[in-house]
Amino acid sequence: MESKQIRKYFPVFALPTLIVFTLIFLIPFLAGIYLSFTSFTTVTDATFVGIENYITAFSDSDFIRAFVFTLAFAILSVISINVIAFALALLLTGKLKGTNFFRTVFFMPNLIGGIVLGYIWQLIINGVLLRYGYSITSDAKFGFIGLLVLMNWQMIGYMMIIYIAGIQNIPTSILEAAKVDGASYSTTLRRIIIPSVMPSITICLFLTITNSFKLFDQNLALTAGAPAKQTQMLALDIYNTFYGRSGYEGVGQAKAVIFFIVVALISLLQLYFTKKKENEA
Amino acid sequence: MDRKNKAVQIITFAVLLIFSAVFLFPVFIVLMNSFKTKFNISNQPFVFPNSDTFAGLENYIEGISATDFPMSFFWSFFVTVLSVGVILLFTSMTAWYIVRSKDKISKIFYYLLLFSMIVPFQMVMFTMSKMANILGLDNPLGLVVVYLGFGAGLSVFMFCGFIKSVPLGIEEAATIDGCNPIQTFFLVVLPLLKPTAITIAILDTMWIWNDYLLPYLTVGHDYKTIPIAVQYLKGGYGSVDMGAMMAMLVLSIVPVVLFYLFCQKYIIKGVAAGAIKG
Repeated sequence: MESKQIRKYFPVFALPTLIVFTLIFLIPFLAGIYLSFTSFTTVTDATFVGIENYITAFSDSDFIRAFVFTLAFAILSVISINVIAFALALLLTGKLKGTNFFRTVFFMPNLIGGIVLGYIWQLIINGVLLRYGYSITSDAKFGFIGLLVLMNWQMIGYMMIIYIAGIQNIPTSILEAAKVDGASYSTTLRRIIIPSVMPSITICLFLTITNSFKLFDQNLALTAGAPAKQTQMLALDIYNTFYGRSGYEGVGQAKAVIFFIVVALISLLQLYFTKKKENEA
Repeated sequence: MDRKNKAVQIITFAVLLIFSAVFLFPVFIVLMNSFKTKFNISNQPFVFPNSDTFAGLENYIEGISATDFPMSFFWSFFVTVLSVGVILLFTSMTAWYIVRSKDKISKIFYYLLLFSMIVPFQMVMFTMSKMANILGLDNPLGLVVVYLGFGAGLSVFMFCGFIKSVPLGIEEAATIDGCNPIQTFFLVVLPLLKPTAITIAILDTMWIWNDYLLPYLTVGHDYKTIPIAVQYLKGGYGSVDMGAMMAMLVLSIVPVVLFYLFCQKYIIKGVAAGAIKG
């Protein structure tokens, strides 16, 4: 098919998606950047205020706290999810019986929605803490640990599936050659398995980092930020700034822009560095 | 050596079994509590129901009537199925056009779509819900259009990746046989896209079925999908009917688990394939 001939069909093939994408994503995105420099409550009443919203955002202690909370949460969850998922993937690619059953079980939580997950774990964690006279909202550390446990429970199976696919792609001849040469398991792991699954590591890190930063539903259902907004993550803080207090819509939008820049920067940096590692391997 | 191997295998198996129990435990606890009277849930969640605390189906009846669950199920189903269908149709066409036309607009469009994948929803949630409102998209059918806008990025990206590997010869043969681009796409290209389409369908179904904030902001007042119904039960009035909550949690999980058990093979393959292509 000649590309010139195809171009005549632009209105049929590309235009519908282009129009919808422009209206639903592109214009709201650009309007969002513009509105972050204005004061508004209904969009039409926007007045330009320069970088005032950004100053307010950065001097808002709730926002800074949410930032630190989210960062700490993301670091710990990314490490724990990937280590456990990778370990499970190694166990399940051995010559064990029943691997299919285990895969099915470990992946299952990933299909349950964030809101439902939040309430499931609220029941479990409150049930445990009750024995000591606490509840999940009596201390921020309970909420933090609760979110970590929830996130691990939800995402380990997903990442495990991706790691399994990566490990199964390694040609068995290489692994056998290593065995013949007398390489120990840890050498095989470090020299062969990990370098060969670098593409899986790239995508797993990307998914866990972005999902940890963007966590919202689980946060809303598990603690809703309690006690006193101490377990509020960035996405929830932005939501509450927008819809929680009138007159702060501009600040909410400025926070959203900062949030976007942080998430984009971190995920692009991660992709850049792990891709580089992939090419070295 | 053999004996040592055997021991390692048994230990591995035991570890995996314990892990499985840990993974299934929370769901089991919720299921068990959904049959207990509402005042015996929060204070003793790990105790089996006995003759005093057994509630039968009371919680289910209460939960279903409080949230109008059948309606929620219907809206969730309607929006998910239709959105996935619309996304697959329009983005596969767009992706083919982008790969084959090689024009400048396509290139720019492609990079904008990729870019949209890293933008967090909070960035556009306010302006997008206003836009949906202005355009009259604040209803279940409109929601399908909104999902096309947000789902286009990943979907076009994955279709493009696949289409690049489809040899041009097949399409050229179709042209020689007198097919116009529309015929070529639907008769020749589309059937080849099936594996990628299944992967995208699974990823998007998981996303849309469970999505909370987007439908809440656009149609949440009048139409409650399942996640909105569950969150609605929590309400703003302080105490939650724990019995109804447990029943609703179970009812939200059951369709997902059934879907999973029936399409397990596709789901696990789809997720792995999606990651590798991504």
